[in-house]
Amino acid sequence: MAIASDGPIDPEQAVSAIRSGDTVMVGGFGLVGAPLTLIDALVETSDAEDLTIVSNNIGEPGRGLGKLLRQGRIKRGISSYFTSNPEAVAAVNAGEIDATLVPQGTFAEAIRAAGAGIAGFLTPVGAGTLLAEGKEEHIVDGVPHVLERPLHADVALVYAARGDRLGNLWYRRTARNFNPLMATAARVTIAEVGELVPAGDLDAESIHTPHLYVDELVLSR
Amino acid sequence: MTDDAKLAIAARTAQELRPGEIVNLGIGIPNLVPGLLGEGADVFLHTENGLLGVGPRPGEGEVDPDLIDAAKQPVTALPGAAYFDSADSFAMIRGGHVDVAVLGALQVSITGDIANWAVPGKDVMGVGGAMDLVVGARRVIVTMTARSSAGEPKVVVECTYPLTARAAADVVITELSVFRLRDGALVLTELLGETTVEQVRAATGAPFDVDLEDRRAA
Repeated sequence: MAIASDGPIDPEQAVSAIRSGDTVMVGGFGLVGAPLTLIDALVETSDAEDLTIVSNNIGEPGRGLGKLLRQGRIKRGISSYFTSNPEAVAAVNAGEIDATLVPQGTFAEAIRAAGAGIAGFLTPVGAGTLLAEGKEEHIVDGVPHVLERPLHADVALVYAARGDRLGNLWYRRTARNFNPLMATAARVTIAEVGELVPAGDLDAESIHTPHLYVDELVLSR
Repeated sequence: MTDDAKLAIAARTAQELRPGEIVNLGIGIPNLVPGLLGEGADVFLHTENGLLGVGPRPGEGEVDPDLIDAAKQPVTALPGAAYFDSADSFAMIRGGHVDVAVLGALQVSITGDIANWAVPGKDVMGVGGAMDLVVGARRVIVTMTARSSAGEPKVVVECTYPLTARAAADVVITELSVFRLRDGALVLTELLGETTVEQVRAATGAPFDVDLEDRRAA
């Protein structure tokens, strides 16, 4: 859908879409490209708990998703690299959160697949390793492949440097990372933008995320 | 390990890279390689978080908060650089479009199996892009010390740590020597510095063939 003409909403109102038990995708590679205003609103004003977080990392200690972790509201993390936040590793070891570790390329592709209506894909990555345990293996042209399923979410929180009032998004440099993928893979996509411009101001050939993927817009604070 | 040993490994690794190649560098010793590339090396550095054309570290006051490498450290982008999302980045890796991956390892087996992401009982909960890189890159160069900090040989008959991938290594460079995997078998091809074959045997937990190349003729 496109954003209604009433434009951006408050981050607090936006994160009220997140319910207890939801799966929430959060963009960013570490804190770069992470929707920090939306995360802060989730931490400060939402009481949703038992969340499954799909994000490459679980923030850093006391920063980004690290704040939500300290509140004990994360039930499960699906990530490629928990180690960036030693508190997340400690929470996994203490049995406080479930951790699903996914090779980063498989993680990205599973999110892309969810947004693209693909029910699964075969990748040689991870075959024969601990991370393929419990997954179907198929031999294709003599090479072992792992059947990977898509990663869907209830809500995606993404960050873009620029957005227009329709919800078209433009990402800057390496802050793009998982954001455009996650914007496609959730039932509700909330985009935090650093700068809001009128429709038509973004170069139509440079739009990374067309507005049909975006449900709500929020301005960074 | 001394910084000298790390630099020696990185310097020898730099000589493995050919002009025009697309190269992905892991964290640690591989990250020393860019500073040791000679004039005219002309390789293009790819970083998994979405940049082809990684430049040097920025000077003070030149840090762009939106511009980092896979180690989450600030970098610059060279003229002609390109940005892309994470699915594209790993399509490049998995799809065989990255020529060389250089990465560290905990163990490498004599058939080229690599273990580099987890030590049982240790607090490591991250694989990042390691599995994708060793499977997808056309050439995989492992840079590591010959022995672990506990003195155990890191080239072994069979990896005992959790695997990253089977039969993935092409070249193994330590402070002592260069090994190459040829037809699935480990071959010692070069001694670094004043190292002797006997010293390499003593530091290696597995048998290997010896076929020393004369690099001066290369």
